Amino acid sequence: MNIIVCIKRVPSTTTAIKVADDGVSIDGSGVEYELNAYDEFAVEQALQTKEAVGEGEVTVVTLGTSDAIKELRDCLARGVDKAVLLKHEGRSDAFATAEMLAAWLGTQNPDVIFMGKQAADSDNSQVPQRVATILGFGCVSEVKSLSFVDGMFTAERDIEGGREIVQCKTPALISTSKGLNEPRYANLKGIMKAKKKPLEEVDATASESAVSVVSLELPPPRAAGRIVGEGVDAVGALLDALKNEAKIL
Amino acid sequence: MSQNIVVIAEARSDQLKKPSLEAVSAAVDLAGKIGGQVIAVLIGASLNAAKAELANSGAHRVVCVEADHLANYSGDGYCRAVVDAVAELDAGAILMSHTAMGKDLAPRVAAALKTGLISDATALHFDDGKLGATKPVYAGKAYIKCTSEQSPFMATLRPNNFEANSTGTAEVSSAAPSFGAEELKAIVTEVVAGAGAGVPLVEAKIVVSGGRGLKDPEHFRLIEELASAFGSGNAAVGASRAVVDAGWRPHREQIGQTGKVVAPTLYIACGISGAIQHLAGISTSKCIVAVNKDPEAPIFKIADFGIVGDVFEVLPVLTEAVQAAVAQ
Repeated sequence: MNIIVCIKRVPSTTTAIKVADDGVSIDGSGVEYELNAYDEFAVEQALQTKEAVGEGEVTVVTLGTSDAIKELRDCLARGVDKAVLLKHEGRSDAFATAEMLAAWLGTQNPDVIFMGKQAADSDNSQVPQRVATILGFGCVSEVKSLSFVDGMFTAERDIEGGREIVQCKTPALISTSKGLNEPRYANLKGIMKAKKKPLEEVDATASESAVSVVSLELPPPRAAGRIVGEGVDAVGALLDALKNEAKIL
Repeated sequence: MSQNIVVIAEARSDQLKKPSLEAVSAAVDLAGKIGGQVIAVLIGASLNAAKAELANSGAHRVVCVEADHLANYSGDGYCRAVVDAVAELDAGAILMSHTAMGKDLAPRVAAALKTGLISDATALHFDDGKLGATKPVYAGKAYIKCTSEQSPFMATLRPNNFEANSTGTAEVSSAAPSFGAEELKAIVTEVVAGAGAGVPLVEAKIVVSGGRGLKDPEHFRLIEELASAFGSGNAAVGASRAVVDAGWRPHREQIGQTGKVVAPTLYIACGISGAIQHLAGISTSKCIVAVNKDPEAPIFKIADFGIVGDVFEVLPVLTEAVQAAVAQ
């Protein structure tokens, strides 16, 4: 089974965002980067799918610069077989990212592609569904439970007030939500092995963004609040504030 | 620009979703600035009540695509139906709400139409002849203002953020899709009502959430009791990342970066210290209340009203007080 997992290197979720001088991007000084949290579940699901099927190869790919080699190596250390860096400089929106990824993925004949449901920086949740549409793959997004029987995926996803059970033919693209699995982390043996695994660099087929960023702004700071009191004695003061100041109750 | 504005509306079991009415009103507002008609597109089977409600929503036209095999959602099937319908509608802009269905469907339509999409928009703009939108990034730690460089302009709109305030009478038409059931690649086979199916977290006017300060998953009943004190269907329960990762609460309740972003009228954080990822997810709440025994907890920096105290003592008293206030 040919399994491909797409990942993204993003600023750590602990980052306090500052606006850079250009007014459209974040100030990168002191920012730590990490594997996008939702991609951890995609990598794990790719490995588990190969283990369940009993044969196949897992390839991890990212679009970006050589900065992302660290995250690719981390995936190799977790058990992924090979890595590909699709080289691209600068910002790309979901349209361009999906076009570039799909152009390469389309040459690889995958049976299944896994991606995190969204990137923790742009918060779009677009690229998986776009790539599936470009490639003509079946696709289920935001999956929190998945099985693969007789060439058919059965997936569960949350919707408002409930969940959907979805059946999806292969080739398929599955985007992963938190709770799908418990990601494994690299151990020392894995890290040593990863050094010898193939990591290929390929130039991406460039694509222009369809959406441009005019400005990046921080939300207006909240007006200073106050401590209404201590312990159970403060409950009356709180109710009073909610009724008369906030006009909520 | 005098092209039309298309709204992809959403119905489940012939019930129109409220965020679709918000999207129609946002479209009516936009049409006031750029001209054109508002055309709502609805996909499904045996649509009656949903069709009728949409016809009175302020849209000029309602275009339905109906077939038995579209009764349940199919990402690729609905995408095809929408793309076929839109081809006839001279769309300059396409809007949808950022619901579970909108998040899944809109990117597919955008890819098929080879255009951009602004996800989870909190405002729409029309400046210097260009359509654009503002959207949160980094779970609300920052916002970007974007413009579309391609046509049609597309955006999904954050639910509970645009007002549904337009009315009118629309001309309604219905057609069958150009494809059969056998061509669908993925299809929903079952919709299961959720456990504790109360008001969805992101649509709730009041959210009561708990963190590690509750000390034990069982103590979350204090959170549930406070939530129900506000009356049935008014408040939802949320949780911090720490207690979700510890397995105390389901992932769907997690609030903050890598969880849900909420913007209720009232947010009550109980035993939550307020990690930066959590604060990002609640920062646009209208009023934030915090109960925490540590006066230095970061949550107090953004809370409008705080009580320094033990959640085990304060919550039962607060629950009673809320019950009494609501009963009045």
